[in-house]
Amino acid sequence: MALRAGTVSVWAGAVSAALVLALTLGTLGAVVWRAEGFGGLGPRDWGYVRFTVWQALASAAISVALAIPVARALARRQFWGRSALITVLGAPFILPTIVAILGLLAVFGRTGIVSEVLNWAGLEPVSIYGIHGILLAHVFFNLPFATRLVLQGWLSIPSERFRLAASLGFSASDVSRVLERPMLRDVVPGVFLVIFLICTTSFAVALALGGGPRATTVELAIYQAFRFDFDLSKAALLGLVQVMICVVAGALVFKVRLPSTSGVGLDRVARRWEAQGLGLRIQDSVCIALAALFLLGPLSMIVIEGIGGLFSLPISVLEAAWNSVWVTVVSTVLCMALALSMALAVSRLSAGAGALVEGIGFLTIATSPLVMGTGLFVMIFPFADPTALSLPVTAVVNAAMALPFALRALVPAVRDLQAGYGKLSASLGLSGFAWLRWVAVPRLRRPLGFGAGLAAALSMGDLGVIALFSNPEVETLPLALFRLMGAYRLDQAASAALVLVALSLMAFWVCDRGGRVNVDG
Amino acid sequence: MNHLTLAAGLFLGAGSALAETPVLTVYAPDYFGSEWGPGPAIETAFEAECVCDLQFLTGDVMPRLLLEGARTKADAVIGLNTDVTKQARETGLFAPHGQDTGDLTMPIEWTDDVFLPFNWGYTAFVYDNTKITNPPASFEALLNSDEDWKIVIQDPRSSISGLALMLWVKSIYGDEAEAAWEKLALKILTMTAGWSESYGMFTDGEADMVLSYTTSPAYHLIAEDDDTKSAAIFEEGHYFMAELVGKIAGTDQPELADQFMDFILSEAFQSIIPEGNWSYPAKLDASKLPEKFALLGEPETAIFYSEDEAAALRDPALEEWLSALGR
Repeated sequence: MALRAGTVSVWAGAVSAALVLALTLGTLGAVVWRAEGFGGLGPRDWGYVRFTVWQALASAAISVALAIPVARALARRQFWGRSALITVLGAPFILPTIVAILGLLAVFGRTGIVSEVLNWAGLEPVSIYGIHGILLAHVFFNLPFATRLVLQGWLSIPSERFRLAASLGFSASDVSRVLERPMLRDVVPGVFLVIFLICTTSFAVALALGGGPRATTVELAIYQAFRFDFDLSKAALLGLVQVMICVVAGALVFKVRLPSTSGVGLDRVARRWEAQGLGLRIQDSVCIALAALFLLGPLSMIVIEGIGGLFSLPISVLEAAWNSVWVTVVSTVLCMALALSMALAVSRLSAGAGALVEGIGFLTIATSPLVMGTGLFVMIFPFADPTALSLPVTAVVNAAMALPFALRALVPAVRDLQAGYGKLSASLGLSGFAWLRWVAVPRLRRPLGFGAGLAAALSMGDLGVIALFSNPEVETLPLALFRLMGAYRLDQAASAALVLVALSLMAFWVCDRGGRVNVDG
Repeated sequence: MNHLTLAAGLFLGAGSALAETPVLTVYAPDYFGSEWGPGPAIETAFEAECVCDLQFLTGDVMPRLLLEGARTKADAVIGLNTDVTKQARETGLFAPHGQDTGDLTMPIEWTDDVFLPFNWGYTAFVYDNTKITNPPASFEALLNSDEDWKIVIQDPRSSISGLALMLWVKSIYGDEAEAAWEKLALKILTMTAGWSESYGMFTDGEADMVLSYTTSPAYHLIAEDDDTKSAAIFEEGHYFMAELVGKIAGTDQPELADQFMDFILSEAFQSIIPEGNWSYPAKLDASKLPEKFALLGEPETAIFYSEDEAAALRDPALEEWLSALGR
């Protein structure tokens, strides 16, 4: 019985992986087919590739390095407003880039708060433009996501372990060595990979904060090939380069990662006897305060800029918001179906085959949205009017784009579940829906909720593949925002951005909260 | 195959309900067809005089047309830019517009019989006249100014206005363009992928000047009653950009498409342009422009490259741009 259930979930995972492959390599193949081959790359293009990889490595390294102390602090401390803080800290990750750029500039820009304060103190103002500006922006986007995933790793260590550690008289450094580092060795490489990949496809942020063509990424080169040169074959080749970067990075990370299962417990809140010293408490408070200041500053500016015009927003923006809510619901359900089936398959397959399925799940962030959109257009055009399909296509693409994030939340949890409860379930003959109902869903509620929250928030904020699919009469909220900005209506755009941030956060909160019913965390 | 047809039919349900009314499909850039662009007003005005349903399909017009080739559904295309018409013409998809372009209200003579201009403008640097009281009177003055002005521009590789600036510099400085860019680089705060980000940075006060159009202040004057935004007018002249319409040769609505081409230069269409697209109409007497358009700065000289010149200059100019700014 258990064997049969295992086979079913492996098959479901394989179907999901095939769908993801069709959306990534399939769309790339469609572009190659339409372009009738690959173009060539010049020395400049290789420079763009080097810059892309370099800035992504640095962004991912800094984001993860900062996320670890912040997540540790959040895991060790309980304080009033902690759960609200964790939710709000997730906001930067889901901001549309154009909104995030203006928010960051309001704080760190030439006339931003930081420069004003420095001016007032008689010091030289800082310039955000340059490689440090790109890193600052990428850390702003990704630190919250990294923190949440690492925090989830911490919360997955059963509280009984800490209890045992305390009774054995462990110091903070013993706890770190025995309990925390193995968890980090398992969780951090995957988080690093996701952030690295998302930074490789950055271009609007990299260009605006990088200050010039030195900050050209592969994605910008794809835009150039597509819009400046109308050279599909070159766009296809650059798209393939992005996929290769993903494959190489993925292979390296899977080699470094040391999967660990932290075992099972009774889901009690972990009390941390070893971390009660004053020094550690101050250290944790400083980490949390700095992270909150860094992330909430630009967010507050977005709120301040947008709140004035909130009630004079045109009705069409509300309609767009409604469309976005529907797209979000559909793409979240789809994304979670893909993620859960793939995570279950990963846990039941051999290590190599599991890594392959998991790796396929990462491809969607490494695929250029422009290439994916073009490929879909080429695939759909002979059969139907792509513009009429703009909302369904946006929902599917958003689901695919959010998949790697949902997978990051689910894979370690499903592996723990399988290792901790697999044998017991088998001996009880629990399989199929009964197994899902009584074993999987209750145990996976937190990562499922968190993954769905991420997927929902991302889907709400994502522009999707509108370049070729937009329909003047049907718009999503990010598209409405983009159109307002393109028509000089920047004040209304700022208010629409605020609505977008609020809806995204609400979507995240609803899903994430749903996953934490009765579970303090 | 039947299933696919059925599925396509379901998705196009809205279209087929109006099957008796002929549909004219026009591809347009996103800003053009959106609620805030001129598209909706033009649609209403045209439908009042044709027995038809005018539908704008928005998106990246040129890439889409190139992808679809001869199978395109478009009957006409609106919003092409003068700097990319060579590629459009080479597709062989377009038919002559059949309009008389002898009496257009544009600063240059128009002789192209395939692409028909419907509005035009000049690229310019826009500034806040309460903060900059001594704006540069020439490109040369801007390059050599001691003022610590910070300008935000658009990347020519991803933006049509950025491309226009690149050609503007090339036309003024020729072989010295790279040196000019090196001087300008000291004043460039940053560059963005699209116009919106740049303009947002300017109105937020982050940049002192932004690459935009001489008509941008019209929006602030008319829609916001704000006269603090001005365009710096340069002695050397400003780069001219026109937006164009083309009729697709293989259209299945040839008569409607012709009627649409006739409509482009009519007063009904042209009078929508100034406040619909914030630019100059291709054929409308100055007396019929909104009053406040008279307050806009007007360049003495229009600089314009023919499509062959623009196509030949693009790649070398981009090389110069990259090497001057990439340092």
